[in-house]
Amino acid sequence: MSTFKTTRRVAASLLAAAAATFSFQAHADGHSMDMAGKTVEWIIPFSETGGSAKWANFYAPLLSEALPGQPTVVVKFMPGAGSTKGANYFQEQEFEDGTTIFGSSGSTQFPFLLGDPRVKFDYADWNVVLASGTGGVAYLPPDLAAKMDGMDASALKDIDFIYGNQGATRLDLVPTLAWEMLGLNVESVMGIKGRGDGRLMFERGEANIDYQTSSSYLSGVTPLVEAGTAVPMMTWGALDDDGNIVRDPTFPEIPTFKEVCESTEGCETSGEQWDAWKAFFIAGFPAQKMVFLPNGASDAAIATYTAAFEAVKARPDFAEISGKRLGKYPQMTGAAAKKALDSATKVTPEAKAFIINWLQEKYGVSLN
Amino acid sequence: MEIIMEALPALGSAWQLILQPVVLGYLVLGVVMGLCIGVFPGLGGIAGLSLLLPFMFGMDPILGLALMVGMVAVVPTSDTFASVLMGIPGSSASQATVLDGFPMAKKGQAARALSAAFASSLFGGLVGASFLTVFILIARPIVLEFRTPELLMITIFGLSMVGILAGRVAIKGIVAAGLGMLIGTIGEGASSGDLRMSSYDFPYLTDGLKLVIVGLGIFAIPEIISLLRQDRAISQEPELGGGWLEGVKDWWANIWLSVRCSIIGVIVGVIPGLGGSVVDWIAYGHAVQTTKDKSRFGKGEVRGVIGPESSNNAKEGGGLVPTLLFGIPGSGSMAIFIGAIALLGSGQIEVGPAMLKNNLDITYSIVWLLALANVVGTIICIAASGGIAKLTTIRFALLAPFLFMIISFAAFQSGQNLMDLVALLAIGFLGIMMRRFDWSRPAFLIGFVLARPAETYANQAVQIAQSQFRKSLGEGFEYIFSPIVIILLIITVISVVLGLRQAKNILAEGDVQSGSKRAPLVFLLIITAYIAYAFYDAASIPSYSRDRTFPMFVAGVCLLGCAALIIRMMLKPETNTIFADRELNGEDADASHRLWPTLFWFAALLGLTALFGFILALGAFLFSFMKVRAGVSTIYAIIYTACGIVFMCGMAWLLNRDFPPGLLQEYTNFPWPFN
Repeated sequence: MSTFKTTRRVAASLLAAAAATFSFQAHADGHSMDMAGKTVEWIIPFSETGGSAKWANFYAPLLSEALPGQPTVVVKFMPGAGSTKGANYFQEQEFEDGTTIFGSSGSTQFPFLLGDPRVKFDYADWNVVLASGTGGVAYLPPDLAAKMDGMDASALKDIDFIYGNQGATRLDLVPTLAWEMLGLNVESVMGIKGRGDGRLMFERGEANIDYQTSSSYLSGVTPLVEAGTAVPMMTWGALDDDGNIVRDPTFPEIPTFKEVCESTEGCETSGEQWDAWKAFFIAGFPAQKMVFLPNGASDAAIATYTAAFEAVKARPDFAEISGKRLGKYPQMTGAAAKKALDSATKVTPEAKAFIINWLQEKYGVSLN
Repeated sequence: MEIIMEALPALGSAWQLILQPVVLGYLVLGVVMGLCIGVFPGLGGIAGLSLLLPFMFGMDPILGLALMVGMVAVVPTSDTFASVLMGIPGSSASQATVLDGFPMAKKGQAARALSAAFASSLFGGLVGASFLTVFILIARPIVLEFRTPELLMITIFGLSMVGILAGRVAIKGIVAAGLGMLIGTIGEGASSGDLRMSSYDFPYLTDGLKLVIVGLGIFAIPEIISLLRQDRAISQEPELGGGWLEGVKDWWANIWLSVRCSIIGVIVGVIPGLGGSVVDWIAYGHAVQTTKDKSRFGKGEVRGVIGPESSNNAKEGGGLVPTLLFGIPGSGSMAIFIGAIALLGSGQIEVGPAMLKNNLDITYSIVWLLALANVVGTIICIAASGGIAKLTTIRFALLAPFLFMIISFAAFQSGQNLMDLVALLAIGFLGIMMRRFDWSRPAFLIGFVLARPAETYANQAVQIAQSQFRKSLGEGFEYIFSPIVIILLIITVISVVLGLRQAKNILAEGDVQSGSKRAPLVFLLIITAYIAYAFYDAASIPSYSRDRTFPMFVAGVCLLGCAALIIRMMLKPETNTIFADRELNGEDADASHRLWPTLFWFAALLGLTALFGFILALGAFLFSFMKVRAGVSTIYAIIYTACGIVFMCGMAWLLNRDFPPGLLQEYTNFPWPFN
């Protein structure tokens, strides 16, 4: 017992030290909402170990500094049912004083789009205050990459590919559908716990095709590329202002899937299959992670949070610290965030029907 | 040679970084915080690191590392307190310590067991760090040799330890392990997400049961209830024998066992994907196999403490290899550790394949900070062990409500759902019955822990092997039967044969008398019915899904075992060991309280929580338990209750955790902590 008192003292002194640090940072704003002395709970519907945790842990201290009154921002993890549990919980929260916020990810968007029976939440009820984009890169072992003729992947069609897959209905459906469109014969080995395990499988030579989101690619695969044991194949690309797929700003030298598809016989960049792929790419990557206030949030609260995230983005060192942690992707607020939310959570009925049918045929996954 | 020339200067600059007073100060701070959090079952590195995360942003890298490494390193040391003193497996790394540590505490030798454990932990930590200093330079290609078939084989090797812990009737042990595996497969399958023994209409089970709940339920609750029924202190001896010096001497006398188990710990820790769940069982099995007189295991054999404790701290060191070299966390706490490293300084430390090239000095600093933290932690723990061991002489009725409070809180943290408490009670009841009828609880837990890895690796290995065989027969065989697989296969077969031969001597649950036929048979039939239903449930998953194969296979084997047991029960007289029943003879039979009223107290805490929320229920529970069951004065009961609630709130506040809400909270709006 006595030892435990010590922890509390230690923690209290750490808190005091932190408070002292923050109070030096002057802030000039005239928001209506003063959050001094409050604690903001940021619900992340995943475990402490995933990409969303990294993202939230990156933003939490910055947000705390930028909100008026410097409230404590704590990240609260609520994993379960592939993030549906936490999202359902957030749906039930009523707006009180803006101290509950929610961070969603592509894995929250996909079950919503696909009509998973467990989804009891609706994005339309929530108020977006930040949308963070990312990208993804597919890569191959050097001997297989050498078979590609420039951007033409036709020579890879007779190879047995193995891919470590996190789950048929997860973000992994974007790469697996892309490879199928190129005519590649990719067998998914299921039960991978995270994309890191997939990369390890690739490094061990068990898998011979893989993809990583941008930040994991930068830290985990770039060294392999430098060592000559992996070669980038294509990125999923990024969206320009008109909604066209263009080269990923973080990897301008790597061609996009769209370019590879255009150069490969049998792959079409129009039609039902392409539209479905593009719809789910847009839902999964350019606005992968978003911050929401609950249903019924006051305009003052939305304005306060929007301004706070804008202040974070305006930090002189933001480009440097976020570039390393999140990659060079748009961090959208205000109208841009709303537009991103819109495109990320609305797919045409045709695209949805196509994907549901494809999942049923390819993996036997039934979503009804 | 070239490698060493590169490594030496890095090692030198690492020591320069570490040996600054301010760094050592942060390390000690981290160690003290880690000890305080690790003492509580279910709260370990994850809770501790989450507490530190907000302070890591922009912190000087070496200071932040000292703080975090200090905290992570001592968790496997400090959770020994709960394992030895209360029979509660503090984390997956100290499950096996319970088997002999707790019986030692019951014999009044808690201080001896603790200090032997701490000395082993320290030594394991140091061996781990020394080994890593050299090994980390050449680790990458070796780790990559461990493909899916090798991982599957190590999991099977871990499962083979069931052979040693099966108890007097080997088939009972195997069925117990199978039951553990079936309970481990509850929820969404890893392969295509098909549900086993659960439904979306009742979402709690779809994520499966958590180790915290099963560990606490199967070990802690039966022991707490049993001690409470006897209404005495944990230690049967009025005088505590065996001081801390004796424990250190025990460790010294078994130093080679400690060396071997440390190396086992590092090696298994190095392999990504397995982590802590198998290490201590393999080390325990090794300790048993290398001991001449095996009859004392399970009754307080100090070698059974030294083995697992040497391995579990060494494993933390080994676990750094996948974490730092591959950026793949070996455990939940390592995952947060990776996340936190990115926050340090200006984010210049990039965990992953480039770590050795760019940050070798930082890598070495982490390795040796870990070793140093072990030294500091051990000194504090050994100094405290004599005093803390006195807890075992307190009348248990005064300790029990506090323990119920702690384990309820710990269980609730795993899923933040009232169902966590229901699951805890249900598994606890299963544990009580398994203990009563002498079914091996360690075997059950091994099965539970290894069910998921066994299933996933088996499915993946089969799928990848099929693809390799399609390429050519030779490549397929080369993939499955690599030299490592063959070596592991031989070790496993030897260990199973030896284990089953010795199992009769190793009574992990103590000696249990046999008596009437009816109760053991009824329990067996209930188990059989569950397994049969699990088989039916798995069989109703569509046949193209891989999620049905593993539970069907396990349930099928178990059903054969159950059939053999039923036939044997019909043929044998009621004095046969197969009819073991604790309620007929020995300390449970002589207990001053009956099982049901004792269990009722715990169920009442649960029921009240469902109605009024945890804190209000806890107040009522603590007060009435003290007053009615422990028979203390009203003032004493009030003070005890107040202390308990203040303590609980303090802890929840510090860790930013919630309490289970009840029905009352649905309709009202109370301030924290009553909401």
